[in-house]
Amino acid sequence: MRLFRELIFPLIAVAAAFVIGGLVVLLIGEDPIQTYRLLIGSALSWPDGIGYTLFYATPLIFTGLAVAVAFRCGLLNIGAEGQLYVAAFACAWVAIKLGGTQVDVFGTNVDYSWASLPAVVLVPLAVLAAVGAGALWGAIPGFLKARFGSHEVINTIMLNFIAVALVSYFTQYHFKVQGDPILQTVPIGEAAHIPRLGQLVPGLPERIPLNVAFLLAILACALVYVFLWRTRWGYEIRATGANPTAAEYGGISTRKQIVLAMAVSGGLAGMVGINEVLGYRYRFYDNFSDNYGYTGIAVALLGRNHPVGVIFSALLFGMLQRGSIHVDAFTENVSKDLVQILQAIVILFVACEAFFRGTFGRFGLLRRSKI
Amino acid sequence: MDNTIAATIVFFLASTIRQATPLLLAATGGLYSERAGVINIALEGLMLAGAFTAAAVTHYTGNPYVGLLAGVLAGVGVALIHAVACIEFKADQVVSGTAINILMIGVPAVVSGAAFLSSGSTPQIPKENLIPWTPVVIAFLLVPVTWYVLYKTPFGLRLRAVGEHPEAADAAGVRVKAMRYAGVLLSGALAGIGGAYLSTGQSSLFTRNMTSGRGFIALAALIFGKWRPVQTMLACILFGFTEALATQLQGVKISGDEEIPVQFIHLIPYVLTIVVLAGFVGHSRAPRALGIPYQKER
Repeated sequence: MRLFRELIFPLIAVAAAFVIGGLVVLLIGEDPIQTYRLLIGSALSWPDGIGYTLFYATPLIFTGLAVAVAFRCGLLNIGAEGQLYVAAFACAWVAIKLGGTQVDVFGTNVDYSWASLPAVVLVPLAVLAAVGAGALWGAIPGFLKARFGSHEVINTIMLNFIAVALVSYFTQYHFKVQGDPILQTVPIGEAAHIPRLGQLVPGLPERIPLNVAFLLAILACALVYVFLWRTRWGYEIRATGANPTAAEYGGISTRKQIVLAMAVSGGLAGMVGINEVLGYRYRFYDNFSDNYGYTGIAVALLGRNHPVGVIFSALLFGMLQRGSIHVDAFTENVSKDLVQILQAIVILFVACEAFFRGTFGRFGLLRRSKI
Repeated sequence: MDNTIAATIVFFLASTIRQATPLLLAATGGLYSERAGVINIALEGLMLAGAFTAAAVTHYTGNPYVGLLAGVLAGVGVALIHAVACIEFKADQVVSGTAINILMIGVPAVVSGAAFLSSGSTPQIPKENLIPWTPVVIAFLLVPVTWYVLYKTPFGLRLRAVGEHPEAADAAGVRVKAMRYAGVLLSGALAGIGGAYLSTGQSSLFTRNMTSGRGFIALAALIFGKWRPVQTMLACILFGFTEALATQLQGVKISGDEEIPVQFIHLIPYVLTIVVLAGFVGHSRAPRALGIPYQKER
């Protein structure tokens, strides 16, 4: 019964999104049933559909978890987008500098690296760089809130723009191969590549970029569960989110929890860099994120800020993303951006949920009083 | 020599004003919404709604003023979604605003994909059908008007009251919900004009995500301007100046092959906002009831 109560509203939100999206398709003059059949069918075919759906779901699991952890502390982290950019760049930086990257530029061999470490050392270092950089970028708005009381929403928005501009600057002026028309860094060292699941799962072709970062994402869900519900830190974070005044009375330093929650959140968002840099493109590609940070908000809300819910809603959004590409290609008029509309409607419905449940501020969401 | 310097200065001033205009319109809109107590991070989406609708309607009617009006209506329409979610359903205002922003990436792309067979842009509007100056005049005229409305009229007093202390305003007979609707819808209208200016004034078509963060810079200007009309205008001019400067210095080379990294100039508004918000440069105090849904006591 409790599970039913937890699930009913997300299901209504998804159904409403599909109905309204269907009306939009109808207005455009296409067949909604046919469109949805194409969307879901292409996302569930084996191996390409499922492979790509899981691949697209991977970054969303990370950002969904990131937003969920912050939510549990009563914070809204709209900064996952900036955190994942900084993290992906840091990850690529380590994998270039310590990965022995050498590039042939107009006949001369340019060495970008300091050292060429073996995979057993290099991969953990690159992973650590991603998590650390994300955590650091996330901790900044946490610190600003704890120290000066300035609102994390505004600061994370501002830091997103700052992050994008900074990594784009370093990519363009310091890590791009001269003459490369694409804004991307030099490739990372081959030792830093992490295996694609195609190498491990029979029947799954290696060209599908689904990689071990997906397994890491599932592992991260388990770890976040343990962290939030089985450790003292997690308890204090949740207590801060549920009722900061009571938490203070109970001897919890809410300021410390705010910084900790934002750092953990940023670190999780930063793991997107592992999937992107070490598992997919093998370099930092400017503007790679397809709004993963913002979609993470939808993923977390729909998943009720719970790791298990996050997995399912990330799979749903991954499926939509995969399917939308087919819809774009195989219908005359429906653009893949239909998915953005579905996503927005899901968020709107879930945001209005508290009204129907009569439980305001369950996750401290509505308790935030200052901006 | 003097003439070239004078010409450069004039050109630069005009460029600053042009860059400041959409920011000022959106920020003034945001001011009405936030002074009434409703956070508006949806300014970006509202501008996109105005920009797309104005460009599409101007393309069909050939009349940019009809386009401008349509842009205003689109802004108001989308703002209504935000208003209903925040005021009636007491949704978290930041979450609702984020949804609006995502929605307005999707809607123009889907509609233009069906209507113009290009996902994301409208056809070019001929030069004689553009309105390069009307929105600029509106934007700067609105500053004294907003100041007057906010501080010298009963409407403004009520608007500020519901943003500061809705319970007291309610007790005094002010209709809290109605005032908040007014604030949010006004923000939609003004951000709509700001968007229309981007697509039918500064350029001649709508392109995908053409606001490129201006809604958020407008929000930053609003905070930088401490939620006051004149200070907000000054902040918009400052941010417009940095944009103009960045555009001017794009690709300019210093000492041989080194280009000036304009990315850093683009960052100025964001860094300044963080600094101001932290209280380093005077304190920026938000309306007291900002972000809190109003629940009438029973």
